[in-house]
Amino acid sequence: MAIDQATVRKIASLARIAISDAEAAAMEGELNGILGWVEQLGEVDVSGVEPMTAVIPNTLRLRDDVVDADPLTGGNRRDDVLANAPAAQHGFFGVPKVIE
Amino acid sequence: MSDYRIKGETGEWEVVIGLEVHAQVTSNAKLFSGAATAFGAEPNTQVSLVDAAMPGMLPVPNRECVRQAVRTGMAIEARINKWSRFDRKNYFYADLPQGYQISQLYHPLVGEGSLHIEADEKAGIAHGKMIGIERIHVEQDAGKLMHDQHPTMSFVDLNRSGVALMEIVSKPDMRSPAEAGAYLRKLRAILRYVGSCDGNMEEGSMRADVNVSVRRPGEPFGTRTETKNVNSVRFVMQAIEYEARRQVELIESGGAVVQETRLFNPDTGTTRTMRSKEDAHDYRYFPDPDLLPLELDDAFLDECRASLPELPDAKRARYEAAGISAYNAGVLTAEVESARWFDALLDAGAEPKAAANWVTSELFGALNRLGKDISDCPVTPAQAAELLGLVADGTISGSIAKQVFEIMLETGDAPAKIVEEKGLKQTSDTGAIEKVIGEVLAANADKVDQYRGGKEALFGFFVGQTMKAMQGKANPQVVNELLKKALG
Amino acid sequence: MTDLTNLTVAQIRDGHRAGDFSAVEVAEAFNANVADAKALNAFIVETPEHAIEAAKAADADRAAGTLKPLSGVPIGMKDLFCTKGVQTTAASHMLEGFVPRYESTVSQKLWDAGAGMLGKLNLDQFAMGSSNETSYFGNVISPWRRKDGGNAALAPGGSSGGSSAAIAARLCPAATGTDTGGSIRQPAAFTGITGIKPTYGRCSRWGIVAFASSLDQAGPMARDVRDCAIMLENMAGFDPKDATSLDLPVPRWEDALSSDLKGKTVGIPKEYRLDGIDPDIDAMWDAGIAMLKDAGADVVEVSLPHTRYALPAYYIIAPAEASSNLARYDGVRYGLRDLPQGAGLQEMYAATRAEGFGAEVKRRIMIGTYVLSAGFYDAYYTQAQKVRTLIARDFEAAFASCDVILAPTAPSAAFGLGEKAADPLAMYLNDVFAVPASLAGLPAMSVPAALNREGLPLGLQIIGKAFDEQGVLNAGLAIEERAGFTARAEKWW
Repeated sequence: MAIDQATVRKIASLARIAISDAEAAAMEGELNGILGWVEQLGEVDVSGVEPMTAVIPNTLRLRDDVVDADPLTGGNRRDDVLANAPAAQHGFFGVPKVIE
Repeated sequence: MSDYRIKGETGEWEVVIGLEVHAQVTSNAKLFSGAATAFGAEPNTQVSLVDAAMPGMLPVPNRECVRQAVRTGMAIEARINKWSRFDRKNYFYADLPQGYQISQLYHPLVGEGSLHIEADEKAGIAHGKMIGIERIHVEQDAGKLMHDQHPTMSFVDLNRSGVALMEIVSKPDMRSPAEAGAYLRKLRAILRYVGSCDGNMEEGSMRADVNVSVRRPGEPFGTRTETKNVNSVRFVMQAIEYEARRQVELIESGGAVVQETRLFNPDTGTTRTMRSKEDAHDYRYFPDPDLLPLELDDAFLDECRASLPELPDAKRARYEAAGISAYNAGVLTAEVESARWFDALLDAGAEPKAAANWVTSELFGALNRLGKDISDCPVTPAQAAELLGLVADGTISGSIAKQVFEIMLETGDAPAKIVEEKGLKQTSDTGAIEKVIGEVLAANADKVDQYRGGKEALFGFFVGQTMKAMQGKANPQVVNELLKKALG
Repeated sequence: MTDLTNLTVAQIRDGHRAGDFSAVEVAEAFNANVADAKALNAFIVETPEHAIEAAKAADADRAAGTLKPLSGVPIGMKDLFCTKGVQTTAASHMLEGFVPRYESTVSQKLWDAGAGMLGKLNLDQFAMGSSNETSYFGNVISPWRRKDGGNAALAPGGSSGGSSAAIAARLCPAATGTDTGGSIRQPAAFTGITGIKPTYGRCSRWGIVAFASSLDQAGPMARDVRDCAIMLENMAGFDPKDATSLDLPVPRWEDALSSDLKGKTVGIPKEYRLDGIDPDIDAMWDAGIAMLKDAGADVVEVSLPHTRYALPAYYIIAPAEASSNLARYDGVRYGLRDLPQGAGLQEMYAATRAEGFGAEVKRRIMIGTYVLSAGFYDAYYTQAQKVRTLIARDFEAAFASCDVILAPTAPSAAFGLGEKAADPLAMYLNDVFAVPASLAGLPAMSVPAALNREGLPLGLQIIGKAFDEQGVLNAGLAIEERAGFTARAEKWW
């Protein structure tokens, strides 16, 4: 199923990647090439086959309900959390004003 | 069937309501990290590297959050799915650090259940009704945006980011704002009984997305709108009312309802289109590859079930069976704290019916007057049981009990001690009572004549005078008997 | 005095322990080689001081009698592992200048074991690529050149191309790599070194910049099989911070190394015999079969019928996961922010991501976004995950009749930089032999086995059963001992 430039732009918008018309044109060809190729998967008879959920047999472990047990996954590290922020102010992350 | 109708220009309309309640799971730590969940902390202090979605960070689910959702599901008699999994809901927003919310779309933890709302004549609910619950799934809360601190910027606080929510999705089974209100109150009560959510709507622990559509009675469902994040029962009812009227007016004036997300304005009681999330709702859900399927074993489920308390409906039935009026049973079970207090009172030996009357009138009246919650009631259930016991065994009269209770509220002293110290013990000493009766009759000879002349209503006057002269301490039954004899 | 940079990890460890040289001497020697190899562009950040500090600690530990498993061994760290206080970029503009306040589990384990860091190694941007041409910080140049008298720059493979080039050029004795669809094995094959991707879940993913979560797996790259075993022992292990981490003890792989394959059966997957494949590859494969027979193994043909669908399934699953994993790069909390005049939040996202991601990363995000979008999810993603189940079943069935599988690592030797850059599909096809084991989560390694007619190294791949890294390492060792691969790139840089 071939995609057109409008679809390319829609995907780019969903993915929040700004693209120029020239980029959209170039991507149209590339994406169609790749999608056309992966579509051969449609040939495979998968009736009765479950989609893979866990590649290696393993069960989901659950964490104990303890606050800051491990500093690497706990809170109380605002400086670390904000250290790389492009626009941190007063302990917050700053973003362009949002109108809800 | 509810007969709530919106009266339009062209006839009557029925309102169809479904609620998606987001209830914050009571837990110490977040759903996928060890950061705290406490309300009101300094911005971004309860944020782990995981919650801030730093590169390479991974989620590990909190057992307690899963457990609480399962217990909640059991409380609404829902199917618990022993195999569920987490999916990612992808969208971009400043309060969503990962660029996706970890939620459960395809395989929720809890399947279908239901909840019963009671008839409430005053609210216009003629009959009790079962409201279907589609599912409960567990998901991450988003952070918080603040818009007023800076002229050109919004500020992001991620303290809430990653806090566990249960999304409790009802079926479109409600037909009036009152039913929606009753559903929310009942759901809140159940959550609080179970202890899976504190139900605190002011702090945002419980919010509802309100789905509303209108139709001609008997016709198929109309197009619905979803009003997001409404945070009180009253606002939910207002939002439904406003939204239903708006839709009716729109349709009747030739327009059509657009399926959209709306915002509620509590100041005006109105809803409006939400601007920021207008763009294509293509969330690209897929199973979160950082997490394996969530598989629960029987031991886990057994523990969840065993830890469930008696729930409102069962408690109510038990109270009614003990002779408590349906009304009082409803009042006593509406809030988990009251019910627990009352159960403690019963455990301390109080007679159910008298205890229910006393709690719903005397105790609630006093708390109301003092502006206190039952959770900080100055009188313990044991003390109250003692007080009721003194009335029941004739040690004090009902009116003395009121005085004693007032003193208890002030001093916290035990009732027997108060009765003893203040000499409030009721007397059945016939000699003493006869002496007082003699004095009362002598002082009111004219009234005695009138009584004897047939004005029997004066009997109450003599009782009152006698009781007054004895400072309320006389056993009223004995007073009655002796008075009858003396006047006879 | 011997050139310390020619020593393997085991030799450095043992020589240091024996007092033949100090750890500081080793670190200085490698630091000098790193500083002298700018032309290869293998490192994004060099951290000679980190290597020296660890070396001083190693020398002190030796004096105190408290040596650790990797005391005195300096290594290279793929710049996909977050390193506390050291810029971590995933070779992207997006993360240029990002300095983590945390250390990935795997790198922490290596430092805890006494290793030092020579620097952060270049890679394909966000580990997406097979030639190291997608790095924002420039191509890595393979130290190898064709024996044709020319000086065409060759690809070191990808995505762990900085790692492979650095080891091949003796800039470090070992390095970390990550493998999503061949990113350890293919660069190892291209540069004549050894690399193993362990069973999915052996190494914690915590702190590794994610590409495709269900496939990403860290592993070591080094000059020989023993070094891979030593490194892997110090990288693997249960991590409660990674929900997919395997809660299993870490075997003593090094101690159990044995090239005696008597009683073992090696499977040769017939579907890997591709039409028109480079005859040198086929010849190497046949030689490899002979080597394993010589080591005592029985050889049987096995069938992996869904092999041809592995690559298309991979190019749905990996981009889908990546499109979501890379959504966090939005210019809000770290990394690049591009805020055009008057832009709102959503425009900021789009501008930042357009600026911060390279062409290949964008391409994969776009593919991933598309295959997950409404109406296409089942046709693409669900179908691919079902095919993935079939691929895993193929391996299960094959392993009923064999212990390990032998195949080429890549369909060709290293290609020239720029040769495949214009055609994404041609590039993707380079991972045709590597991807099936990734989809099945199985341990797999590449061992250098021969030179092709152009004098470039070729690698053989051993794929094992889940959890059986030992079987893979042992078969690798058997090949290593028999192949006698001693060729190395002549220094031109």
